[in-house]
Amino acid sequence: MRYQLIGINHKSAPIEVRERLAIPDSHLPDICRDLTAYPGIEEGMVISTCNRVELVTHTTNGSADLRGFLHDHFHLTAQELDAHLYEFREQDAVRHVFRVASSLDSMVVGEAQILGQVKEAYATARAVGSVRGQLDQLFTRAFAVAKRVRSETAVGSSSVSVASVAVELAKKIFGTLQGKNVFLVGAGKMSELAARHLMAHGCASIFVANRTYDRATGLAEKFNGQAIKFDDLYDHCDRADIVITSTGAPHAIFRREHGEQFLSRRKNKPMFFIDIAVPRDVSPEMAKLDGIFAYDIDDLQQAVSSHVADRRKEAEFAEAIISSEVERFEARLNTLDVVPTIVSLQDHLETIRQAEIDRVRGRMGPLTPDQEMAVEALTRGIINKVMHTPITTLKTAARDAEATTVIDVVRRLFNLRDKDEGDTPQADSKEGPSREVGGTRR
Amino acid sequence: MSLLWLRFALACYFIGLIYAFVALTRTSDLFSRIALHAASLGMVFHFVSLVELFLSRQVVWASVHNGESLLAFFSMTFFMIIYAIYQTTSPGVVVFPVVFFLTFVAAVGQQPVLLTSFVPYKGWLVVAHIILIFTGYAALVLSFGASLLYLLQERRLKAKKANSLTDFLPALEVIDQIGYRSLLLGFPFMTLGLVTGSVVAVATYGRMDFLDPKILLSVLMWIVYMIMVFTRWNSGWRGRRAAVLASFAFIAALAAWAANYFSTIHRFTAS
Repeated sequence: MRYQLIGINHKSAPIEVRERLAIPDSHLPDICRDLTAYPGIEEGMVISTCNRVELVTHTTNGSADLRGFLHDHFHLTAQELDAHLYEFREQDAVRHVFRVASSLDSMVVGEAQILGQVKEAYATARAVGSVRGQLDQLFTRAFAVAKRVRSETAVGSSSVSVASVAVELAKKIFGTLQGKNVFLVGAGKMSELAARHLMAHGCASIFVANRTYDRATGLAEKFNGQAIKFDDLYDHCDRADIVITSTGAPHAIFRREHGEQFLSRRKNKPMFFIDIAVPRDVSPEMAKLDGIFAYDIDDLQQAVSSHVADRRKEAEFAEAIISSEVERFEARLNTLDVVPTIVSLQDHLETIRQAEIDRVRGRMGPLTPDQEMAVEALTRGIINKVMHTPITTLKTAARDAEATTVIDVVRRLFNLRDKDEGDTPQADSKEGPSREVGGTRR
Repeated sequence: MSLLWLRFALACYFIGLIYAFVALTRTSDLFSRIALHAASLGMVFHFVSLVELFLSRQVVWASVHNGESLLAFFSMTFFMIIYAIYQTTSPGVVVFPVVFFLTFVAAVGQQPVLLTSFVPYKGWLVVAHIILIFTGYAALVLSFGASLLYLLQERRLKAKKANSLTDFLPALEVIDQIGYRSLLLGFPFMTLGLVTGSVVAVATYGRMDFLDPKILLSVLMWIVYMIMVFTRWNSGWRGRRAAVLASFAFIAALAAWAANYFSTIHRFTAS
């Protein structure tokens, strides 16, 4: 198990840092390719959401320089980045991936969106071939664990989502949402969800602006709202009391001068900006204006913190599931580790058996069919009895996480070699096993 | 006897005062209800005190202490009206201390103190003047309080840290409505109060002395009041600017009140 993971998330780094590591979806395949081309990395995938950027890898020796990759790729110095990074290896990396997929590491614990985002990242990496056997196993299991957590605990029920937090905050500003107008800037899933919540709480109408006008029209139709051309955004934005913005723009699209315009046109009536974009769409300078209330993704985390306590108990159940699943996964991997040894051992003894039968045939001449059957049964029985204890020991050791030691012992005892060292043990020797054992003692 | 009822009212308002301080640090529904009931009971005692004063034929509304008592009662009335509409006791954070202070000085002071300047035959006009002006003052107190609460809630929301105070205060727009409606309601009362006062002054002295500190400061207060209403109506001033203006109006109102001690035509004696 040579899994290695590095990343930053909403807990380890402020949004100013996360912004610098934000990876547009279109760049994900390239970065996956770059990752697997990096020294020491066999497989790699990148999870990039507004709350986290993580590299999940399977390495050749368990200690690839993932920090170096991040420094090189994002042109950041160790001083700028390293204090915000976390790194997990082996079992801890598995646990972290399970926790992320199960939404236990999310800003809003239990929210369902992260699983979809991880699945998308997995699909992207798989499509470019940077995820194969090892990461494939890890993520296939992670998705199953996430499903189990969701079905066996209430951590995802009555979800405190960004959407419901947005409604709560809007109520602190406006009292009632009856008659308030909502403006969606960017047509992301999370903003759509937030808009749905706000409309359910009595908001009167909705405007949608998106760089792709057709998408804006489609979304506006869903809410019986009005699509606005993106170029006309600033002319219409002041009509909204609540603006949910989630564009992929590299810089803030709402700046101080826009805020001043809006407030002037609205006679200083307050506006609430829910900025779920990373990098942020609302500049900090605009957020300082009296009458502008802008909550970015980190602020929403603070707002939901009060709700986290309600879920702590469910999260504890979920953590217990994760722990047992990590153990199961590790045991399964260890079992997989012993399989080649068992196969080698079987091949090795079978080769010896065949060699010995051939030797006997050479001395005694052709055997009758009955004799052949008797010899076959006798030798096979001996081999099976000889193999029974080592195989049982190997399987038990795999479950007890002692596989590496036992594998090593068995391989030394029977002089089993890795495939790349040569196909089979030296069983063609006429001296038989005693010589091989002697050989390992050299 | 009137003074006794007023002191009972003061005891009740004291609970409201404690509530005002406690509410700044933590929220308690139970304490909020207790404070509300205490304030209601205080108002009953207060009302009885005022009625008794009126029936005693010692109607000296223009005495300092009776004026303070009347202003406290009107302020509390406004508070109750707001509670009835918005179901929030949070303006009490400002109103309760003001009411307690006014009632305190009225209840412990020497009473009655007669205003000697006014001629008796204009009595009803004087009463109308006082009631109108004090209603305007009470509205101003409430508007000022709402401005402060708005500022507080705005800062809390900007700081993005949920705490008990944020939960205790009503929504920003509700506070804004309380302030604006108080302003709108108080302005005509204040205007009419000044008009009746002017009528009484002209009838009494035959002229208006605009250089008299009381008249000067009252006019200044009215101008600030008008600017507040206008800026709010025209530009929707809220938050910091509105709070600054409300503070200015409040200071002007205090100055106009204090001018009673210096005015030659509108002065409480032996205060």
